[in-house]
Amino acid sequence: MKLFRLSRSCGLQSAAGLRRPASRRSLVAAFLFIPVACASAKPITIGSKKFTESYILGEIARHALNDAGIATEHRQGMGGTIILWQALQGGQIDAYPEYTGTIEQEILKNGQQLSFQDIREALGKFGVGMTGSLGFNNTYALVMRRSEAQRLGLRTISDLRKHPELRIGLTHEFLDRQDGWRPLRERYGLPQQNVIGIDHALGYAALANGSIDVKDAYSTDAKIEQNDLVVLEDDLQFFSKYEAVFLFRSSLSPDAINVLHGLEGTLDEKRMIHLNMEAERTKNYTSAASLYFQENGRSAGFAGESFPHKLARWTLRHLELAGFSLLLSVIIGIPLGIVASRGGLIGQAILGFASIVQTIPSLALLALLVPLPFFGISVRTAIAALFLYGLLPIVRNTASGLQDIPRSLRESAVALGLSPFTRLWEIYLPMASRSILSGIKTSAVINVGTATLAALIGAGGLGEPILSGLNLNDHATILEGAIPAALLALLVQWFFDVLDRVLIPKGLRL
Amino acid sequence: MSALVKLVDVSKLYAGATALHSTNLSIERGKTTVLIGPSGCGKSTLLRLIIRLIEPDSGSIEFNGEPITSDTISALRRRIGYVIQEGGLFPHLTAHSNVLLMARHIGKSEDEMQSRLVDLCQLTRFPENLLSRYPLELSGGQRQRVGLMRALMLLPELLLLDEPLDALDPLVRASLQKDLKEIFARLQQTVVFVTHDLAEAAYFGDEIVLMNNGRIVQKGSVTDLREKPAEPFVSEFINAQRGVMLA
Repeated sequence: MKLFRLSRSCGLQSAAGLRRPASRRSLVAAFLFIPVACASAKPITIGSKKFTESYILGEIARHALNDAGIATEHRQGMGGTIILWQALQGGQIDAYPEYTGTIEQEILKNGQQLSFQDIREALGKFGVGMTGSLGFNNTYALVMRRSEAQRLGLRTISDLRKHPELRIGLTHEFLDRQDGWRPLRERYGLPQQNVIGIDHALGYAALANGSIDVKDAYSTDAKIEQNDLVVLEDDLQFFSKYEAVFLFRSSLSPDAINVLHGLEGTLDEKRMIHLNMEAERTKNYTSAASLYFQENGRSAGFAGESFPHKLARWTLRHLELAGFSLLLSVIIGIPLGIVASRGGLIGQAILGFASIVQTIPSLALLALLVPLPFFGISVRTAIAALFLYGLLPIVRNTASGLQDIPRSLRESAVALGLSPFTRLWEIYLPMASRSILSGIKTSAVINVGTATLAALIGAGGLGEPILSGLNLNDHATILEGAIPAALLALLVQWFFDVLDRVLIPKGLRL
Repeated sequence: MSALVKLVDVSKLYAGATALHSTNLSIERGKTTVLIGPSGCGKSTLLRLIIRLIEPDSGSIEFNGEPITSDTISALRRRIGYVIQEGGLFPHLTAHSNVLLMARHIGKSEDEMQSRLVDLCQLTRFPENLLSRYPLELSGGQRQRVGLMRALMLLPELLLLDEPLDALDPLVRASLQKDLKEIFARLQQTVVFVTHDLAEAAYFGDEIVLMNNGRIVQKGSVTDLREKPAEPFVSEFINAQRGVMLA
């Protein structure tokens, strides 16, 4: 149910849209004075946000309006809250599904919970109306494995206080949200120290294999039922209400508004879960995969951490991931390359294996490793994946470097009477050093690039700001990671150019 | 004079084709035996069989009365010098390191190696100040002299040269031929020299072994070959290179 996350990240974190309040307000003002005379002549346009539940609600509205004889079209998955909100005010769309908590926090920017009437009044100033609740509350929840909760006798979030040893994995934006982990922990006085940021979908895998014990979820999340999880009761009523409603332009025809009001109270949580499950079951996986990239994780920065400090932390972790995996690739790749250079079935098998690993998309490789017992959600997994990626260039270049040594020189070494080990160590490997080093350089650059994906499984690195920026559609944040990553790649390149001069024998560089 | 190397019924197949038919040959001590013949006649194959870069399919090869086998060859290789075109120098090592490579490997003392190196430079007329250069910084003739020094470093009983002068221009080649002949004579070196150049063969050869199609066609002096050809091919081969002979 990872599609749900996007709603929150696009909507509530909202960076891009809210950084331009002045232009937005003038836009709003301009549109308020434009008479919408032709509203009934052209078809009504329903918008929806970029996640399953919003698609479904948008589709329901279109259907209902069409059934009432009102021509309606549905622009699916237009983006997050701010985009939909601006489109609504700009008249590009006439209505879209929204959640009350989101309206309070992101549109009205009101810190406290408001009544439906208060919200209606506030929205009225923008020329926007709101239906009543559609019947369900899609709020945050903490979930656990049912068996574990029963074993420990946990029923409410307050009960977590008694078990500081529990490991908690949270979506990155829940960690950062103003109504997310930090205030929740404060309100409940939760003692758990072992808290990591992890992608929503991977978090379910981690929960299933026991890498974590508690994670955040949405109360209509289909995975809760599918994975036999329990929702811990929010006994202190910490989470805001996220009642589903439709927002519409007040200028919409009364008939259309009536149809939208007619949807109130028709969808309870159980039904919504069911609809979400159905949509997920039949969804197009290609588009789901591309969505996956857009909405993946953001590791929580520590509160108040300065940028240089964060940058240092990201970069160090990045180098740690790329460096350690590269070291493994070198230690294992060169001997494999030596064996492969001798050809034969084993040589072919080695090169074949390394090539196959290279064809697995890095994301898929991570996803394949996560469920394995030794790996799970850890730095280990990231390093293992990077190690496997770094293998092919080193194995292949070692093998081809050795194979390129002229036969006459190989025979000269044999005829001299040098032992096989001496031949390899003093003659063949130095002669192949240029090729081997260029393989290592390729691996290093690949690793520096691919290591950005480690942030997906909470392993950190410069991928953190990149993914977080993608998540927020915030270019500045993307650049916070992308520029250092690019510089790092250049630095690695430069470092290996220097290393070439040290390690490649002078006689080969003439 | 007993034979240093003796090939008895040695044959070699390459990919199903016969590279060397069953062959008998004795290499006499202190003499230069030249293997000559057209490309693919089996002369290099024969040389490579002696140093066991390839294994014979049948027959046996004796060195000093002992059969050469896979077990004994490692030790024997130190008693055999092997020189190929361009010297077969390792490009990542200086001339100095190339020459001393094997001596260092078997733990000779620095003093011993140094004095041997000085001797070799004189013998091969290689300027000592060029020893620190890498192969790519040397001329073809200089590389060949370094290759020769490397082969002679451990005082080998047998020196094998596989078309050693082929990549050199005529002037350098002539001067190296002269130097080589003097060296062989001074060391009373047992040499097997592979070439396809009849003039070179005549210049070096105490005994010339003419080969064709994986067989030894005739053994003897160049005069023997010219005046008592064993078969028409011998005359054909000699006539084809007459121009060189006259020059």
